[in-house]
Amino acid sequence: MNEPRIVIVGAGPAGVRAAEVLAAVGLRPVLVDENQRAGGQIYRQPPAGFVRSAKQLYGFESAKADALHHTFSQLLSHIDYRPETLVWNCDGRQLDLLDRGQQRSLPYSHLMLCTGAIDRVLPFPGWLLPGVYTLGAAQVALKAQGCVIGSRIVMVGSGPLLYLLAYQYAKAGASIAAVLDTSSFSGKLQATADLLKQPLTLAKGLYFLAWLRCHGVKVVEGVDKIAVSGEQKVKTISWHKNGREQTLECDAVASGFGLRSETQLADLAGCVFEFNQLNQQWLPQRDLAGRSSVKGVYLAGDGGGIAGADAAELAGKRAALALLEDLGKTIDPREGRRLDRALQRIQGFRRGLERAFPAPVAWARECADEEIICRCEEITAGELRRVVNHAGTVEMNRLKALTRVGMGRCQGRVCSAAAAEILACSAGKSLTEIGRLRGQPPIKPFPVVVGVALSSARETS
Amino acid sequence: MSERLTADVAIIGGGLMGCSAALALRRMNLSVVLLEQGWCGAQASGVNYGGVRRQGRPVVQLPLSQRAYAIWQRLPQLIGSDCEYAISGHLKLARNEAELASLEDYRGQADGFGLQLEILGREALRQRYPWLGENIAGGSLCPGDGHANPRLVAAAFALAARNHGADLREGTTVESAVFDGRQFTVCAAGGLEVKAKFLLNCAGAWGAKFAEQFGEQVPEYPIFPNMWVTEPMPKLVEPNVGIVGGGFYVRQVARGNFVLGGGRGTGQLAIASTRPDSAAMFASMRMACEFIPALRNALVIRSWTGVEGALPDHQPVLGPSVTTPGLFHAFGFSGGGFQLAPAVGEVLADLVAHGATATPIEAFSIGRFNAAS
Repeated sequence: MNEPRIVIVGAGPAGVRAAEVLAAVGLRPVLVDENQRAGGQIYRQPPAGFVRSAKQLYGFESAKADALHHTFSQLLSHIDYRPETLVWNCDGRQLDLLDRGQQRSLPYSHLMLCTGAIDRVLPFPGWLLPGVYTLGAAQVALKAQGCVIGSRIVMVGSGPLLYLLAYQYAKAGASIAAVLDTSSFSGKLQATADLLKQPLTLAKGLYFLAWLRCHGVKVVEGVDKIAVSGEQKVKTISWHKNGREQTLECDAVASGFGLRSETQLADLAGCVFEFNQLNQQWLPQRDLAGRSSVKGVYLAGDGGGIAGADAAELAGKRAALALLEDLGKTIDPREGRRLDRALQRIQGFRRGLERAFPAPVAWARECADEEIICRCEEITAGELRRVVNHAGTVEMNRLKALTRVGMGRCQGRVCSAAAAEILACSAGKSLTEIGRLRGQPPIKPFPVVVGVALSSARETS
Repeated sequence: MSERLTADVAIIGGGLMGCSAALALRRMNLSVVLLEQGWCGAQASGVNYGGVRRQGRPVVQLPLSQRAYAIWQRLPQLIGSDCEYAISGHLKLARNEAELASLEDYRGQADGFGLQLEILGREALRQRYPWLGENIAGGSLCPGDGHANPRLVAAAFALAARNHGADLREGTTVESAVFDGRQFTVCAAGGLEVKAKFLLNCAGAWGAKFAEQFGEQVPEYPIFPNMWVTEPMPKLVEPNVGIVGGGFYVRQVARGNFVLGGGRGTGQLAIASTRPDSAAMFASMRMACEFIPALRNALVIRSWTGVEGALPDHQPVLGPSVTTPGLFHAFGFSGGGFQLAPAVGEVLADLVAHGATATPIEAFSIGRFNAAS
């Protein structure tokens, strides 16, 4: 039998742990990563020469970050590591890479997708003003560049990242004017039973909240009707609480409404998708161990469903074991079962988080017609609704064809969640019924000049 | 669930051909049921390049193409939208004197069809289009040609047909079609049965499959155009640009994106199975940059393909069946159907209503394949 050619996409917690398991039995996987350094988003490392300590960068999680980075440095000589490399296409047998400015093809026999997540973006008035960031982008700024997004910052949205980021920013010395949480206190109480499945994680969340309040940060739960205004950049933010409007001056806003899995490569690899109620997203089907519907393609970490960094490490190991098993190698079944149990516990906690931090249910109904949903193509909510009403559109790809929504640079990575909500709400359908955008390569923009150089080289050789 | 419908005309296929025929028939007050396996206009009609081009067509297509050209001019009155139709010109480039001679030759052949072709030498071309690259011997401009947005056109024809009273059934896969000597019975998945005096086979790449049910063999095969689009760029290129012998074609849309095609993708007879091909894209990138060097600085944001039906002689099948009275075919347009479609719909309506059409279509007869065998 030919030597298996294993490619792992993503050097976050899932990808690194998967590589570790494979390297331990003498396999040499290729680990492709878009970033300069390993760690993913959660344990992102600053560029070489930056001097913030792990404790400063990762807080409570610094030991886990250190451990992952340490594992990775030990792995380096045992794997084929390709940093700064974008996987922009997959045809079911090979990947197309943009490897530090060069096009390369990379055939695989086994593909492990550890592609992570992106913020769920739900537009609100003023969301396109300079000074408005996603929570994820604000966190990248802090971790990678050691800078903050403003001098008087408001964090707004829903999800655990809201409090974590506010805490990280405040600890780094940033001035947080307010934390505005669109989920309510009572919802969080109802979720307590599930949240207690991870008492330590729950305790950390409560600690962040208490710390913020102790340090005089204004924290408001159960807000709605968020609106940012300003002339050339953010000047004020307003919201409603119990029907009363309040306004605050600020110069930067970070917003986010939970995370969405990055599933484009799984789509191009031919995986079957199904609608996942917990994630409120179409996700590639997978078994407990991480096998997708396509033989030889595995999913681990947030890219296959949001479960956080701890789960990603476990899932990376679990999927790698499944891969070894599929290669006919003997694995310790107890290890697999131990990982399965641990992952199930986290999944219970995750259910609690979704109940505690639901995406704003009334968003699609309340979003104003003039709000831009697709910023690449400048498509408003009103245009989407008009096509639904005028042409009777009830399916996502049709909406894309008729309006251009999701056709721009982001290819729907940013706008498709909001567009789907608008379509479902206007057409009176569920998110399941309206389907999902079909992926097309490149999953991120690809420079023409690279293709030209490659084509010329082929001609002359 | 079973449902029985009766209509004057049943149409298989909700692409541009079927939808424009449905509208034309309704305008003659004939009742129409159209059956489409997916969404109207989602296959070849929706994923093609969008060229509204007469230049370069085989001369036998030009009468049909000219009839279509006249309809394109009144699209808003006909279907309530211009579908981003723009008369931007079509410029066909020649790399050398031999290719330039072939363009001059074509101008002679097309004389009398109203294309108003203008041959431009190297210097004239450079002066008029300073964005062009170096190695171009000349070109031929058809000023009246242009482009439209393919995603919108078939959908707009479908909507107009529906508003005129056509019964359009999407997500309805036809399983069988038979003729009992008097009328057609078309059965679709889900228990739908349509009886009609006339049947139009507008099934695109699936057209040969239905022709076969009436004893007509056609060597149709699927092709997968390889398309890609850049991010919006500063406005630079007005006309559609193509090259003698094909290989690549490009236009810049009002929003600034360049839409390009060249080579073939891969797939089977199912749109979900189609894939653009990276190597074909790189090859067409190189050609495109040779002729429009500014494209080197662009980023590609999406590539795609879809299923089109093609025939060995690159001519469509259009006209009456040779085996079955009341059956008319319109499929296998070989990558060149978009511009023709509005006229094809009218021709089919002529054939249904009058048994004949004023537009010469003999060259597209399905009988040409029987004769050869």
